[in-house]
Amino acid sequence: MTEPNIVLEAKGITKQFPGVLANDNVNFDLRKGEIHALLGENGAGKSTLMNLLYGLHNPDKGEIKVNGKIATILSPNDSIALGIGMVHQHFMLIPVFTVAENVMLGDETVKNGSLDRATVAAKINEISKQYGLDVDPNALVGPLPVGIQQRVEIVKTLYRNAEIVILDEPTAVLTPQEAEDLFRIMRDLTARGVSIIFITHKLKEVLAVADRITVMRAGRVINTVNPAETDSAQLANMMVGRQVILTVDKEDHEAATEILKVEGLSVRDQRDLETVHNVSFTVRGGEVLGIAGVQGNGQTELSEALTGLRSPTAGKVTIDGKDLTGKRPRVITEAGLGHIPEDRQRHGLVLSYSVADNMALCDYYRAPFSSRGVIQPKALDENARKLISAFDVRTPSPFVNAGKLSGGNQQKVIVARELSRENVKLVIANQPTRGLDVGSIEYIHSEIIKMRDRGVAVLLISAELDEIMALSDRIAVMYRGQIVAVVEAKKTTREQLGLWMAGAHVETAQ
Amino acid sequence: MDWKRFGFIALIITVLFGVVVMVGQVKQPPLLIITSMLATTIAVATPLTLGALSGVYCERAGVVNIGIEGMMLTAAFFGWLGAIYMFHIFGLAAGISIALGVFFAIITGGLMALLHAMLSITFKVDQIIGGTVINILAIGLTGFLNRQLFFGKGSVFGGSVPSSPGVLPTIHIPITELFTSICGSSEVCLQNVQAINRVFDQKPIAMGAILLVFLSHYILFNTKWGLRTRAVGEHPKAADTVGINVSKMRYANVVIGGMFAGLAGAYFTIESVPSFEPMLTNGRGFISLAAMIFGNWTPIGAWAAALVFGASQALLINMQIYRDVIPPNWAFLQESYIVGLTPYILTMFILTGIIGKTTPPAADGVPYEK
Repeated sequence: MTEPNIVLEAKGITKQFPGVLANDNVNFDLRKGEIHALLGENGAGKSTLMNLLYGLHNPDKGEIKVNGKIATILSPNDSIALGIGMVHQHFMLIPVFTVAENVMLGDETVKNGSLDRATVAAKINEISKQYGLDVDPNALVGPLPVGIQQRVEIVKTLYRNAEIVILDEPTAVLTPQEAEDLFRIMRDLTARGVSIIFITHKLKEVLAVADRITVMRAGRVINTVNPAETDSAQLANMMVGRQVILTVDKEDHEAATEILKVEGLSVRDQRDLETVHNVSFTVRGGEVLGIAGVQGNGQTELSEALTGLRSPTAGKVTIDGKDLTGKRPRVITEAGLGHIPEDRQRHGLVLSYSVADNMALCDYYRAPFSSRGVIQPKALDENARKLISAFDVRTPSPFVNAGKLSGGNQQKVIVARELSRENVKLVIANQPTRGLDVGSIEYIHSEIIKMRDRGVAVLLISAELDEIMALSDRIAVMYRGQIVAVVEAKKTTREQLGLWMAGAHVETAQ
Repeated sequence: MDWKRFGFIALIITVLFGVVVMVGQVKQPPLLIITSMLATTIAVATPLTLGALSGVYCERAGVVNIGIEGMMLTAAFFGWLGAIYMFHIFGLAAGISIALGVFFAIITGGLMALLHAMLSITFKVDQIIGGTVINILAIGLTGFLNRQLFFGKGSVFGGSVPSSPGVLPTIHIPITELFTSICGSSEVCLQNVQAINRVFDQKPIAMGAILLVFLSHYILFNTKWGLRTRAVGEHPKAADTVGINVSKMRYANVVIGGMFAGLAGAYFTIESVPSFEPMLTNGRGFISLAAMIFGNWTPIGAWAAALVFGASQALLINMQIYRDVIPPNWAFLQESYIVGLTPYILTMFILTGIIGKTTPPAADGVPYEK
């Protein structure tokens, strides 16, 4: 017998993918009007479970009950008919369509053979008003801010009369303020009887909004707990399966001389829009300068300009007194830059090369890796073995293609290569832990702090405010291509940074 | 389509017409030249218009189709062959044979497109390669059958190509009749009306193509079918998550596109001239693609671009008519191979993106993987 207030129940769900048991006898239930958080690391099986509930995949074993009745969900059509809606992590919106067109797609209202845009718009306005979502049905989706796009996704589910809404990592792309707005909307929805499954790996959010928390690890449900009876440390242990140190151990450290100096830097992106305007800052040896900001505020172009991947249109970049403005990456690397790029698979590694080759990408042309223009395999091999053990890279051998490793180990290969070189004076780390599991994050954070303690200057660019707060000595906030604030990390708060990230007007403090 | 683009199209057409008027005015009044150029432009733009529409359907649904050329060629052959069989072997009336020929051409285009759809949607073959396969297959198949069926041993036609049942008739729009009483006894008035009437007196496929342009535009941007078609071409996963069958939508649109290419094929052998020769499409399928791109993947835009190519072909035809009155300092216009280059030069020019960039559907050419 199911309890009457259980709207969705999954029992004994098993799903096998080639080589991975993604869901192993998973049980999960959702009560009417609750926010049930599903917590777990990447690859824990959360998304698989949700894709099964939504009909994007079909389970090998197990049964799903909706409102107490056994449901066969073979495609999204089935789940939509059962009142299940899903907001995907990567929005399922068509940028060149209007909000109304996106919302009605698949469930179109037609009058005399043509799309009835007016009726759809009226219904969207009604939903939008009822739940305080504030979306304009006639706006094109492409130029809308991500926070609004997410609301369009929510409207899409409500338009189809969804009573169960699955939110897959909804806060990953939001500023702290936008996330607060989302939480308010989530509470509004539950107050009106909608039940929500909230997928995330962020502990703080779970404790803030969830009514119940289910933790998954390696395809299994570890436990379901109430937020009042648990804390971050316990949840992290359940997620990772061992004791995790959530805070970064960092001692005060005296910053030394200026290493990186950026003056009046402006950069244009490939569409020829100026995405970095007149940015100036310095990073001293032995300090971490964190650049906080919502993705897409010029961080990518800034780091590309600093590392030689893109020529600035104005300004000056010096490393340890040497003018390196617009120089080639090799010149900048030789001047002492270690670069952990934003996209490890595209800019950090050659996926079809072996781990050993990847570990020598910066120095392959020099002794000991090359002799008279010929690569020395023995030197590459020795270097790789040394780094694999020093940086704890989990790989079957140095000859395995880098593409075969997990994300965390790929990142470790890059970190090993970039941080092990002797003359490194400056490290630029752009989103160094994006998409990694808690264990790898912990490791990479400790390596960055080690570099700082050795007197290296570190520029950390991250959209994760927690990461910025944990590692930085000073924090600069980037908004629409400008540095809008520079503060001591100890003298600021998450809320203050969040306001700056959202563009609240501020006096530059330093 | 932006106004700049339409302006550019209008400019080129004006220039091409202007050249003909300048050369031909010693022989005929400008109005007569312009209307006859217009009539020719619309007629010869027909296969390009239909080919471009074929591309619009396929690519809006996310399947790149460079096999339009081959689909047209195969359809031209089988449409014509079908008409001959119906007429000579089954003994049907000429009119019915011709009509059935058009039908066969459309079906042939659809079948060739079905092959392309299978290669690119089900088997996820690189779509450029798939299209190339279609083009090569078309040349081989039509060339081989053309030789085998008519000149091979034991051919039912006894070693020669039989006469075709003919071509589609021109449909007369009675504008002149309408104006006869208005013009009264004015001879000039009547002549002008007759000249203008010539623009509207087109054959059925040419007329149909124009109707299909507007119909397709409406379907693509104002109906459920069009919304879903564009959705699977822009972001197939988004379409999938709201319960739209991506493969089905893509298959259907590619086959519809193939049927348009088939109708374009019928233009060559059933509407224009009643004969087939190997490789008669002569690159028009590729020029259609250029028109589609220049028209920014919209039916009306593609049609406007196809008219530019039509006008450049009309230029070639008219230069031959006015050959003897070309002034000596324009002597190069006498060389038909130079004038004949115009459409190809225009293609290159237009595809450089000199009039601003066009944007293909985001998932154009990308197979959908769940």
